[in-house]
This record gives sequence, structure tokens and C-alpha cells, in this order.
Amino acid sequence: MDLQNLFVISIGVIFINNLVFARFLGICPYIGVSKQLDSAIGMGAAVTFVLTLASTVTWLIYTYLLAPTESNIFFRLFGGTTPPDLTFLKTISFILVIASLVQFVEMVIQKSSPALYKSLGIYLPLITTNCAILGAALLNIDEGFTFIESVVHGIAAGIGFTIALLLMAGIREKLEMAPIPEAMKGIPIAFIMAGLMAIAFLGFSGLKLGN
Amino acid sequence: MSVVHEFTKGFYKQNPVFKQALGLCPTLAVSNSVESALGMGAAATFVLLCSNFIISLIRKIVPAKIRIPIYIVVIATFVTIVDLAMAGFLPALHKTLGIFVPLIVVNCIILGRAEAYAGKNNVGLSIVDGLGMGLGFTCALLLLGAIREFLGNGSLLGIPILSANFEPVLIMILPPGAFLTIGFVLGFFNWLENRRAK
Repeated sequence: MDLQNLFVISIGVIFINNLVFARFLGICPYIGVSKQLDSAIGMGAAVTFVLTLASTVTWLIYTYLLAPTESNIFFRLFGGTTPPDLTFLKTISFILVIASLVQFVEMVIQKSSPALYKSLGIYLPLITTNCAILGAALLNIDEGFTFIESVVHGIAAGIGFTIALLLMAGIREKLEMAPIPEAMKGIPIAFIMAGLMAIAFLGFSGLKLGN
Repeated sequence: MSVVHEFTKGFYKQNPVFKQALGLCPTLAVSNSVESALGMGAAATFVLLCSNFIISLIRKIVPAKIRIPIYIVVIATFVTIVDLAMAGFLPALHKTLGIFVPLIVVNCIILGRAEAYAGKNNVGLSIVDGLGMGLGFTCALLLLGAIREFLGNGSLLGIPILSANFEPVLIMILPPGAFLTIGFVLGFFNWLENRRAK
């Protein structure tokens, strides 16, 4: 297990290629749920949880069901001369897996921990259409990560999203009191803030990690 | 409820990006040049048009409880078609747009129109609505793309417009420029609206 490599991936996706600031994934919940600090914490936790699960499951599905490799289950079961290439089903299968995963997680949490369900519950259905989840799953495939790398990338991507959300919520609670021009109140000023924070995060792109 | 109104509402009055704040992720990500804005707009318009058409056709036989998964499958099918067609015919554009082509699936504009409009109206009106909303989305992308490419590169559609003395504002084509541009554009529209109200 190459720990250094995993460390490089995590730092990379938390700071350098932050989902929100560098890749523009998950902007809708980012602007929508960043008004208060405690709802931001709930949303961040829910996204990190689903992202980790989704990265794990979509990687397994892609590698063992869709990709044209020797380990493809259909190839193993039915034989044939060449492994079948089902990668064109990637988008459909990933979004279905994520949607059912979210439903499943919602049901499990509701049964096992009503307290957690109360705090996370309202955010869970929103996550299906959060492009951060599908985006991170597709990035895992595009970057050719191994299984462990995909899982770590999922967790770290969720942490990066949570950090961005918390920073924003903290600032927006203060902005409520600030004298802002009438036209800029609400979403416009939130975008300007996000822009300034993205400039700050751009500073991390100078970091040289690994070899 | 005239057909003309259904078509034109997407451009300004109910513009998906500026008025409803939907579909922000692709808007920010692909608006760094006019060319990619145009490509993304065309792809999303196609998906919106086709999914509105199919969903309004099947709206009476879809059970209400599982309508969302069914809508998603319909949308994902058309996204796959666009993805494969673009990879085959326009490989350069496909590479520039990257993961944002498959991500059209989770573009809230498309599911939003399916849920709010195509699931409740007849086929003709749904097609008009899809086309109007898609073109409204494209216009929003083009506006942002034009501002960012002009300021960040001094060109439009790759053709240099300003003299060589112009120092491009590089930040505008980098990620932060997207947030700043859309913030100011939204503020400008709010300002217009406030003035009209007075």
C-alpha cells in the first residue's frame, strides 16, 4: 500500500482541485445550503458519507460489470472471444446506483438512528441531483484510480466540499449584518465571496506534491 | 398561456440561470470561452427537448411514486446519445467539456422542467417549453462566456478583437473569474428589476 500516493490524492482533491472552487461541482447545494452554519455541517456530513459509498460502489460496478477487461463478470460467466465493452452504460448505471444508494441510506438511517435522520434527513434527497457525487465517481474512472485510491478520493472530495461549505456559511452569517447594496444581496454577493475564496484556493495550485 | 409566451419565458422572465439559479455547475465550468459555451448550450438544449418530448408522452402511464427514477433514466439515455455523438463527431469539443457532458444528467434544469412542466402538459407545449428553456440556458452561457473570453483573452470565438496592447485579465478565464462574473451579472439583473419596480 503506497501511503504517500494516497496522501497526495487527498491533499490534491481537498485543496488544489477542490470540488467547489476548481471543478465547479456541487454549486447548487453550495449556494443553497450555506446560509447557516449548522445546516452546512449537516449537508457536508451527508455529502461526505454518500460520496464515499458512491465512489466505492461505482468503482466496483465499472470494473467488474462494464469495463472490457479479463475480470468482467459477464466475460467470466459466458465466455466468448473478447470481453464485452459496456462502458457506454456508465452514465445511466452510475446515476441509478447513486439514486438508489441515497434512498437506501435514507431508509437505514431512519430505522437505525432517528436523531441522525432528523439532522441529515432533509438533505439526503437533494444529494441525488448533486453533481459532486456523480462528478467524483466519473473522475475516479477518468483518472484510472485503483480501488483504494477511489475510496480515499471519495472521502477526501467530501471533506473538501465540507470545508468549502463551512467557510462559506461562516462568512454568510456575518454578511447578514453587513451593509450590502440592495441589488447584490443574497445570491450575487455569495458568488462574489466564492470568487474571492477561489482566488485564495488558487494559491494552493503552486504546491508541489510527490515526485 | 399562449405558445409564444411558453417559448419566450425561458429567455428572460424565467431564465433558468439568472432567474431560477438552476444549472449553475455547468454554467460556471464551461463559460470560459464562447465556443465551449455554445457546445454545452446545444447539448443541453437537445437533451431538454428530447426528454420533455418523451416525458410528456408517457406522463399518463408513469406511476407518481416512481416518476423521478423514470425521468432520470429517460434523461440519462439522451445524455448518453449526446455523449457518444459528440465523442464521434466533435472530439476536440468533447475533450474541452470533459466530465460535464455526462454531468448533464444531474443538471437541475432538465429534471426541473420534467417535473414542473413536461409531466403536466401536452406534447406540443412541452416541446416549445424545452426549446425555449434550452435556448434561454444557451443565451445565459453565451453571455457569461463572451464576458469572460473578452476580458480574459481579448477575443471572441477565438478571434482576437482588442489590439496587442491589451493586457488580458487572466483571472477571468480561471475558475475564480466564473464566480465573480456570475455574481456581478446577477447583481446587474437584480438592479434592473429593482429600478423597474420603482
